Amino acid sequence: MIWRRFKRHRLALISALVLIVLYFLAFTYELWTPYRAVTQHQGYVNTPPTTIHFFDSEGNFIGPFVYGLKYELNLDTFERIYTEDSSIIHRIRFFTPGEPYRFWGRIEMDWHFFDAGEGKIFLLGSDQLGRDVFSRILAASRISLTIGLVGVFLSFFLGATLGGISGYYGGIIDILIMRVTEILSAIPQIPLWIALAAIVPIDWPVTRTYFAITIILSTMTWTGLARAVRAKLLEMREQDYIMAAKIAGAGDIRIIYDHLLPGYISFLIVNITIAIPGMILGETALSFLGLGIRPPAVSWGTLLEGAQNISNIALYPWLLTPALFVIATVLLFNFVGDGLRDAADPFKEL
Amino acid sequence: MSDSTLLEVRGLKKYFPIERGLLKRVVGHVRAVDQVSFSIEKGRTLGLVGESGSGKTTLGRCVLRAIDLTAGEILFHHEGRTTDLAQLSRRDMRAFRKHMQMIFQDPYSSLDPRKTVFDIVSEPLRINRIASGKALEERVRTALELVGLDLPYMKRFPHAFSGGQRQRIGIARALSINPQLIVCDEAVSALDVSVQAQILNLLKDLQLEFNLTYLFIAHDLSVVEHVSDEVAVMYVGKLVEQAPTQSLFARPRHPYTEALLSAIPRPDPDQPLPESGGIEGELPDPAHPPSGCYFHPRCAYAEAICREEPPPLLEVAPEHSAACHFAADLELQGIED
Amino acid sequence: MSDVLLEVEDLRAYFELDEGTLKAVNGISFTIRKNRTLGIVGESGCGKSVTAQSIMRITPKRNSAISGKIMLHHGSSSVDVLQLDEDGDEMRDLRGREIAMIFQEPMTAFSPVHTIGNQIMEALFVHGEKDRGAARARVVALLEEVGIPAPERRIDEYSFQLSGGMRQRSMIAMAIALNPRLLIADEPTTALDVTIQSQILRLMKRLQRENGMAIMFITHDLGVIASMADDVAVMYLGKIVEYGSARQIFKDPKHPYTRGLLRSIPKFGATEGAHLATIKGTVPVPLDPPDACPFANRCDDYIAGKCDARMPEAVTVAPGHSVNCVLYE
Repeated sequence: MIWRRFKRHRLALISALVLIVLYFLAFTYELWTPYRAVTQHQGYVNTPPTTIHFFDSEGNFIGPFVYGLKYELNLDTFERIYTEDSSIIHRIRFFTPGEPYRFWGRIEMDWHFFDAGEGKIFLLGSDQLGRDVFSRILAASRISLTIGLVGVFLSFFLGATLGGISGYYGGIIDILIMRVTEILSAIPQIPLWIALAAIVPIDWPVTRTYFAITIILSTMTWTGLARAVRAKLLEMREQDYIMAAKIAGAGDIRIIYDHLLPGYISFLIVNITIAIPGMILGETALSFLGLGIRPPAVSWGTLLEGAQNISNIALYPWLLTPALFVIATVLLFNFVGDGLRDAADPFKEL
Repeated sequence: MSDSTLLEVRGLKKYFPIERGLLKRVVGHVRAVDQVSFSIEKGRTLGLVGESGSGKTTLGRCVLRAIDLTAGEILFHHEGRTTDLAQLSRRDMRAFRKHMQMIFQDPYSSLDPRKTVFDIVSEPLRINRIASGKALEERVRTALELVGLDLPYMKRFPHAFSGGQRQRIGIARALSINPQLIVCDEAVSALDVSVQAQILNLLKDLQLEFNLTYLFIAHDLSVVEHVSDEVAVMYVGKLVEQAPTQSLFARPRHPYTEALLSAIPRPDPDQPLPESGGIEGELPDPAHPPSGCYFHPRCAYAEAICREEPPPLLEVAPEHSAACHFAADLELQGIED
Repeated sequence: MSDVLLEVEDLRAYFELDEGTLKAVNGISFTIRKNRTLGIVGESGCGKSVTAQSIMRITPKRNSAISGKIMLHHGSSSVDVLQLDEDGDEMRDLRGREIAMIFQEPMTAFSPVHTIGNQIMEALFVHGEKDRGAARARVVALLEEVGIPAPERRIDEYSFQLSGGMRQRSMIAMAIALNPRLLIADEPTTALDVTIQSQILRLMKRLQRENGMAIMFITHDLGVIASMADDVAVMYLGKIVEYGSARQIFKDPKHPYTRGLLRSIPKFGATEGAHLATIKGTVPVPLDPPDACPFANRCDDYIAGKCDARMPEAVTVAPGHSVNCVLYE
């Protein structure tokens, strides 16, 4: 029933599809990017996004290709000025072997969706070390997008369990759990995150840092979820059909699984969807401050760290493109969340 | 107590603690049900009337052990044995629940909106592992036929039904495990007049067919008069009068009962509500009831003793008991036709 | 005709829903006279509340269409309430001063953040009272008039501090603050216990005796109607199916629906164990109803080809007693 109503919500449905594509790209980014995220291209520092041409300078159709690049140094500002060299044509190749890499860090492969052969293609430009920004953004999405999911599931687990216990049993347990959530939510979030993140040892491997950051992010967000679950349960517990099940002889477990869980599962999904962007933003903020994911691992936050310098932003605006991805993802999640909430709202029924 | 007694309640009490502050310190008690005793014979109906806040719903839930009671005995006589439900552990109580069921007031909140009619009606059978598979389906079918619902409805969800049909589903659920006792908590008060009559007739037919025993809780006295063999009147947690229906309506012995009866608007322009007189004031706060007889501040016949001494519930006529110091002396008005 | 206060003519209230047109009120006409009580009785979904809301012009705006005439007479002048701008000054002035309304749930009628006294005073200020002290004194007097004990203290309390009965009394005080000529009461005692209900009903009768206002009393409770109303309109699915004096309706009901309703309420002293007479089926929802007798599918006297062919005309069976049923045509 919820699904049927969700389908009527055009914007949310499209957002959901786009998100699915984004996550698919994140999980398989190695295939779609022309270069590895860490490859430094000698002589291609801070190049602007490459223009893709279809016709050569005489107007002959060639298909998608890029020109070779040459640069000269501006002796006043010591900037490199890149110009296209129309005598060198590199066709863009599709489904092609290219730079070798390890898929998911394990399987050795060299298959790429596209590259420019001998030439270089930087769809979103390159950074100050000559790395392809497009490849890095896709690579970073794996950490940035999943940290939201994993973190939310962790806080969902904590929140749903503790909130559930609190709401169903009430009494002294309820008071204790609720006081803990109140104390936790009274602590300002960002400073606490920073303090916790600062404890994470600098020499930990990427995966361990990743999980540490996830846990840090979920310590704060579960409280809101726990309170929401508790309120919902308290409301449902008063329904007569719960009393009816009890009178029929149902035990606690049965009542929880048969009547309470199905009732608030849709409610939880909505809440989770709305919580994910907060997680993504949290990770981005931490990494941006240099406290989250650390190089050489890439996340949207670490990419943005490179854009901290104001003159960099002025001269090389393409370094800010990861921010666009962050904003887009957060908006998409909010649209989906809105759609789900409307679809699950029982008051919309006649 | 006669041989045919099914349920006997003795000295039942339910106190709710009043909690204050951060640590929920108990600062007092609301005596929702206070020293209530009654019994119901098998196949008969005891009507329980009272205004909101009188404790009648709490009493009904205590009898089913849907909530825990503070003190008292709930004796259930069944198959030659007597069980005190108040003494049963939670586990034993769960095994005993198949003998007693409840029908609720609100036909909307009493059915899980996410379950089909089949799931709802079969729930007591599945919980108590009484039937499964084909046999389960057969029993659900029978229950639905009994309450007059079409079988194709089995796969539908409650929101597709009207209030009266939902109430029938609730009754089918209660009936499915062949209980002995059914507590009807305002079972018809949320229904339209024309539908209410259908449900009352249905309850009556089912009682005759299965020798069911009802504890019928309601605030509508004309409904209670229609369905009950005996009536008990509750006021602020206590029974103030109990008698066979005819006797109670013809000649009430407690001034509160008289006041209740006189307040019923009759569907007859020749019998309008009295322009003056009638009961004044409102139900007292059960956390701070008045001294002596709880009814004395509103009672037209109150005297000094009523302010000081709570009257005991005593038999003033055969099978007719009342908790009033002047029960034997007062000539109270009943309902004449 | 000078005692006619309100004339409703062919009132229709339609609501456009996804599922179709909900014809909540489908062409009803009636008159309300000074110093008298018109009872409107019917089951859920019969349109009795929407009728009241249409007169007050407080129906939901979205997807609704209200048509017909609601003439409010004042001496020799008349105004059609439906022609007024529902948010305009004229309508606002009319509400409260000419027509006031009380509801089933007094809890929602009062704001929880203002005292009862302030809210009633507000009504006085809106309608021209200037002096704060005088307004307060008037409110105390009003609260006393509706039987609220210790009105000087209660005036500073909030609605949630009052019991249901006291809240209903406060709402009545607010409604009569400007001496309206018509009081619309929409199920005012349904949420109350019988002893409190009888107090409120007595209060309303006394107020009517004292200031001569007309009352339109809406309820599903036949007992309440019998003791309150002078005239009764029986509504079913957006139509008035029978209209007459209380005596005519209760002693000599004509329409099969009215008869069925009266038979289906339990009577005191009826033979024990007897079955109640019932009306078969349930109250349908008036979505795109056919132009026929709305009661046809539940009626025991149903005549195929006649009852489902068209809506029966009102037939006068006795002076002041009309019924819409083919049996009397």
